[in-house]
Amino acid sequence: MLGAYVPLIVMILIGVIFGVSNIVLAEWLGPRRSTRAKLSTYESGMEPVKSARERFTVKFYLVAMMFILFDIEIIFMYPWAVQFRELGMYGFTAMILFMVLLFAGYLYVVKKGALKWD
Amino acid sequence: MNFDILGSLPLIVIWLALGVVGIIIQAFVRSDSTRLVYGYYIGTLVTTGLLAAATISNQGTAFGGMVTLGGWAAVFDLLFCGAGVMAMLAAQAYLGRFNSELDEFYTMLVSSVAGMMLMAHARNLVVLFVGIELMSISFYIMAGFFRSRDKSLESAMKYFLLGAFATGFLVYGMALLYGATGTLDYSVMLKVIAAGTARFPVLLALGAVLLTIGLSFKIAAFPFHQWAPDVYEGAPTVVTAFMSTAGKAAAFSAFLAVFGVIMPMVKVASMTPTLQLVLAVISAATMLIGNITAVAQTNVKRMLAYSSVAHAGYMLMGIVAGTTFGQSAVVYYAFAYTFMQLGAFIIVGLLEREDETSLMISDYSGLYRKHGVFAAMMAVFMFSLAGIPPFAGFFGKYMLFYAAIESGFTWLTIVAVASSVISVWFYLGLIVKMYFSEPNPETHEANAGLAGISLAVCTVAVILLGIMPRIITGMLGN
Amino acid sequence: MMTSIPLDYYLILSAFLFVTGIIGVITRRNAIIIFMSIELMLNAVNLSMVAFSAFFGDIAGQMFVFFIMAVAAAEAAVGLAIVLALFRRKKSVYVDEVNIMKW
Repeated sequence: MLGAYVPLIVMILIGVIFGVSNIVLAEWLGPRRSTRAKLSTYESGMEPVKSARERFTVKFYLVAMMFILFDIEIIFMYPWAVQFRELGMYGFTAMILFMVLLFAGYLYVVKKGALKWD
Repeated sequence: MNFDILGSLPLIVIWLALGVVGIIIQAFVRSDSTRLVYGYYIGTLVTTGLLAAATISNQGTAFGGMVTLGGWAAVFDLLFCGAGVMAMLAAQAYLGRFNSELDEFYTMLVSSVAGMMLMAHARNLVVLFVGIELMSISFYIMAGFFRSRDKSLESAMKYFLLGAFATGFLVYGMALLYGATGTLDYSVMLKVIAAGTARFPVLLALGAVLLTIGLSFKIAAFPFHQWAPDVYEGAPTVVTAFMSTAGKAAAFSAFLAVFGVIMPMVKVASMTPTLQLVLAVISAATMLIGNITAVAQTNVKRMLAYSSVAHAGYMLMGIVAGTTFGQSAVVYYAFAYTFMQLGAFIIVGLLEREDETSLMISDYSGLYRKHGVFAAMMAVFMFSLAGIPPFAGFFGKYMLFYAAIESGFTWLTIVAVASSVISVWFYLGLIVKMYFSEPNPETHEANAGLAGISLAVCTVAVILLGIMPRIITGMLGN
Repeated sequence: MMTSIPLDYYLILSAFLFVTGIIGVITRRNAIIIFMSIELMLNAVNLSMVAFSAFFGDIAGQMFVFFIMAVAAAEAAVGLAIVLALFRRKKSVYVDEVNIMKW
């Protein structure tokens, strides 16, 4: 029973040894000459201008909320799509109604300008 | 699939009117013309209420057995729609005075009514859950509707955090009941529980307890009542009026249906007496704590909040009794309580000033000199809340006490009578303040406007229901 | 041949997650973290629902989970909006710092 796991355990062991030995070797063998450029946030990238911990505009939040709300509704469509034939006309009508409700909400969101970026 | 189109009309109408037509109207209407939306939603509630009244005798199920139609559910619909209309009539002027009139408020109010209707109609735990959440989420928004006020926001946050916490217990209870019985349908679950064939009796008992905890939060019963005073004090007064009455009635409609299902646990390690006893203790503690704490309050809104806690305790008595008479007592009391509490809160809202003052009991001294009509109406509501005949509150309490005695809970009735006596102290205290104290020189003008209609309806209903209780109890024709 | 995991394990894990959530709600003072703990409680419920559903071979439990997820999303939207509105006025999301009324 446990024999089936032996290759997995060997695999994990090799992985751990490889990873650890590389870190140790690099630490041990590598020269350590740090310069200002090397220590910067994005080495050979953009110059960091200011702290990254700043406040975001509330629009990000609004869009994120809209996304969550409309995204989660998809989970009701998957089971319906899988069982489409069995559910028949009743399921189809129910789903159309659901979509109409969702679309009305979407229309409201757009008309109120919640998705306007400027 | 059986589908009673006529009986399900109230549900269909409010859903389409709210979810499709209402939202589209609001999307295209200019944001400063709230009149149209206001009228539209009042029309929606009135139509739904009339349809519900027409379908009371049309009992059955619909949507694949997910909801029940007619009967008590339709009677409760009538209550929710009526309370919604009255709250809306009072809301327009109130929100206008605070410069917070947005048409979204009315959407939220109607959507909470839709949630309550689902709760009353539910015959499946999924529907019950969706209804409870629809109502609660609308209430969270309405409680925080005065976005520029610390108290309103604070009450919204407390309500939201504790409400969501309670929802966790509620759904965990539902999950355990589902695990024990293998079904979410009330009637099938009832069969399994009554036959004693539940697979995991421990899960069944635990699920029942957790579900009770979740619902106790929604009605603000004893160990879970602390949120009520804070939320009711901080929320806009119209919102408090609506959620402390219709919201509580909705929670009781769910309580009635759910306890009809989980009570017959007698075959499972004789759980029924235990569950009944636990509920009786909760009921007794709720009314004692509510009434005793209310005595010490100086803020009218807070006092009424504690009184609403106490009234939840009274209504629990009918559920403890578990008889058909107990159930009709709960329904009757839900109506009586809604009218008197709604009316009292509407008056508080009318007298409230824009800077959140005039909410203290001392501000009501000598009120009858300046606002004789308000003072008289308030006196009617207070007498009724205290349970003094001939008002509706008296007859409701009489029914509840009788139901409790009938099923052998004499001690509970004694506690209830004692706490009623305590409650007379602060209810009459307010009346004495209004009529026998020197007038407060700072009392200002207050115009009833449309809220006058709601107040008149409440007053007439409180008196009429007290004289002719068969208006409610006879609705089912028995 | 894989043996299937017994129902008890799921239920124990679910109960553990649920209690973790409760402890989080009771001990933490940051509104966002309290809300995250509540979400953890809901997900514990989802887990036991799905486990029961698979155990019974009954689809209703999984369907309930969809509804819990959808409702939790709506609740998150409203709840975060409330916390945001509060933060704008109070510059704090700690529940003990926004307590004018007696808690």
